[in-house]
Amino acid sequence: MDSGNIPDLPVPPDARDRPRVGVDEWVAQVEHRRARYSGLAGLAYRGISFIPPPGRLALFAAFAATLPLWMGRGDLFTYGIFTLLYALLGLGLNVVVGYAGLLDLGYVAFFGFGAYFYAELSSPQYGIHWSSAAAIPVVVVATALLGLVLGISSRRLLGDYLAIVTLFFGQAFVVFVNVGNPTVGGKGLSGGPNGIADIDPLDLFGYELTTRNQQYYFLLLSVVVALVGLHTLSESRTGRAWRALREDPLAAETMTIPVKRLKLMAFAFGAGIAGFAGCIFASVLTAVTAGNFDLPLLITIYAVVILGGLGSITGVVLGAIVINVSFQFLAPENPQNNARILFYAVLLLLLILSLRPWWRLGAVVGGVVGFGILTRLIVEAVAPSWAGGPVVEGGRLAGAIKEWVVIPTPAHDRFGNWAYVCLVVAILILTLVQGWMRTALLVPIVYLAAVVWENSFVEQPAVARWILFGSLLIGLMTLRPQGLLGTPRVEVV
Amino acid sequence: MSERSLLELRAVEKAFGGLAVVSDLDLHVDEGEIVSVIGPNGAGKTTVFNLITGIYRPDGGDILLDGVNVVGLAPHVITRRGIARTFQTLRLFLNMTVKENVMAVQYGRTNATVVESIFRLPRARREEREMNRLAEEKLAFFGQRLIGYRWDQPAYSLSYANRRRLEIARATATQPRILLLDEPAAGMNPVETHEMTELIGKLRDEGGYTILVIEHDMHVVEGISDRVVALDHGVKIAEGSFDTVATDPRVVEAYLGLRRAKKK
Repeated sequence: MDSGNIPDLPVPPDARDRPRVGVDEWVAQVEHRRARYSGLAGLAYRGISFIPPPGRLALFAAFAATLPLWMGRGDLFTYGIFTLLYALLGLGLNVVVGYAGLLDLGYVAFFGFGAYFYAELSSPQYGIHWSSAAAIPVVVVATALLGLVLGISSRRLLGDYLAIVTLFFGQAFVVFVNVGNPTVGGKGLSGGPNGIADIDPLDLFGYELTTRNQQYYFLLLSVVVALVGLHTLSESRTGRAWRALREDPLAAETMTIPVKRLKLMAFAFGAGIAGFAGCIFASVLTAVTAGNFDLPLLITIYAVVILGGLGSITGVVLGAIVINVSFQFLAPENPQNNARILFYAVLLLLLILSLRPWWRLGAVVGGVVGFGILTRLIVEAVAPSWAGGPVVEGGRLAGAIKEWVVIPTPAHDRFGNWAYVCLVVAILILTLVQGWMRTALLVPIVYLAAVVWENSFVEQPAVARWILFGSLLIGLMTLRPQGLLGTPRVEVV
Repeated sequence: MSERSLLELRAVEKAFGGLAVVSDLDLHVDEGEIVSVIGPNGAGKTTVFNLITGIYRPDGGDILLDGVNVVGLAPHVITRRGIARTFQTLRLFLNMTVKENVMAVQYGRTNATVVESIFRLPRARREEREMNRLAEEKLAFFGQRLIGYRWDQPAYSLSYANRRRLEIARATATQPRILLLDEPAAGMNPVETHEMTELIGKLRDEGGYTILVIEHDMHVVEGISDRVVALDHGVKIAEGSFDTVATDPRVVEAYLGLRRAKKK
């Protein structure tokens, strides 16, 4: 056809090919600059992104495989097996939330359903003892189907509504197995509050996995397979379609992507992975109770996925490691010294991150130490009973703290509370002042925080654990809102 | 005009509540034609696009693609049948890379199942290669603008004009027969607008697409259109060559108001 009515394009000046303000390369470079991190964090981040996915996987697998060689059996259970379980659950949730962008708050119910269903199929509950090689596929398919059924609601529900409905489903599941417990075949189906016990060990074609090492390696193999499978899936037509519908469902729908069907697929896929994790959980713990599948687990799994970076497979694994290790590290049965070390580490980290240049940091840290020693000496000289209290628990730090933090004798039991009030007021003032005043005020505040910690929180490890964990998350989210390995998402440009 | 139009709207109606947005609209686009739809803001132009692509369902009338009625089909089915569109308010998959944007929309043309994709079975691998090739080909249509290092950049890092180009590339990757372009030159500077004018002609001449375009810039409309259709308040008020429509008193009135139109 004739296109003669289209005027000739003027010859583009050379300057147009160079980066200009507001044009691609320039924008890209700005993004790059913004995403660049200095110091150790930057080095670690660049290091991780530099290694291609297969390399990362090999590194992770090689490290994880050595775990049983140097870890005690108890540690292998709490650190190794649980980290891998969290990773597996996180990977499933990542499909639903990270790829398809569906806020599924009933996810843990699929995990619970898988665990309970596996328990029914191989335990003395009904005297059924299926081999795992048969039970696991059946459970995974059944859980995926359950996900499909729940996913049907997502055809109509969007955003907040979907979240509420799935949350309701998750709670309904917990109440059902705990209280509902219908009588089937002369027995409570789910065992009520006692749950189901004596579940058979994993049994693969006659080979029983009874030791922690065997279970750990089986789980590790499953996680590696899941990682590889999800990576290839995310780089396929289905993975791209999922991400497209997360970005813009309407545009996806008008671009040959059947949005509703893909949402259902994501739900079913995520549920299937959760069901598989449930099987392993049930067989490794040999017992299931409703409490295992309640809200705290949901929060933990979401923390794993969000911390790692929504949509990033490597991120999920990293998130699982960080969350589980810090959880176990701070467990109430662990010595309080752990919590104390973490507290001072977080405090120091926050100072390092917020104070630049280095001499300012040095001045504040030195100031805090000096201020502490001086304060304690003065208090001891003026009123000895206010500085003669015992330091909670031993450990290497305790000796130093004795010389540094003001700890009154138990007679002054309100001291911690007053110090806490002072700390809050001081932080409020800190937000109002500017410049050098702010740096100067930091010194007593940091010291006050240590005083409050040593006098109040260190005696209540359970509370301290959650507070520390919360502040760790807040700190991380402030630094990297997209999660450890997530890419910064742009909503509206 | 050929025997049967590629796209034909017959007496299409659409009302939101009591407000008739499109009433009794007849429109046809022949194979290889570039038809422009013009009209003041709120004339119902974008609604017509939404009706054709299945985002809205018309209250009455038929929409025929090559003689087959597409009313009531889901949007993704209509696109697979051969109608692809761009959006006036750009709707790219911003956090995906440029190439991924163009590959994602080939979902409808490919068939590998989830299992095949996970295990990279032959069909999945073959389709993947094919998608990659087509994506690069469609992006190469825009010269140097969208190739090379830009393939792996997230879409949000593109400039405004390049986002418009990427939207067109994305639409063509669904391998449509007819392209609906919603204000392709909106927000562009004169040089870019000029380039877009040339591009639309090239899309028809080299790409072989039939094009229905909504445009406000009269220079663009004049430069590209085989035929112009003017809408006002959802009613077709004029149709014909650019010169005929541009001088039509009803069109002038719709744009400038009755008094000014009379003065003229």
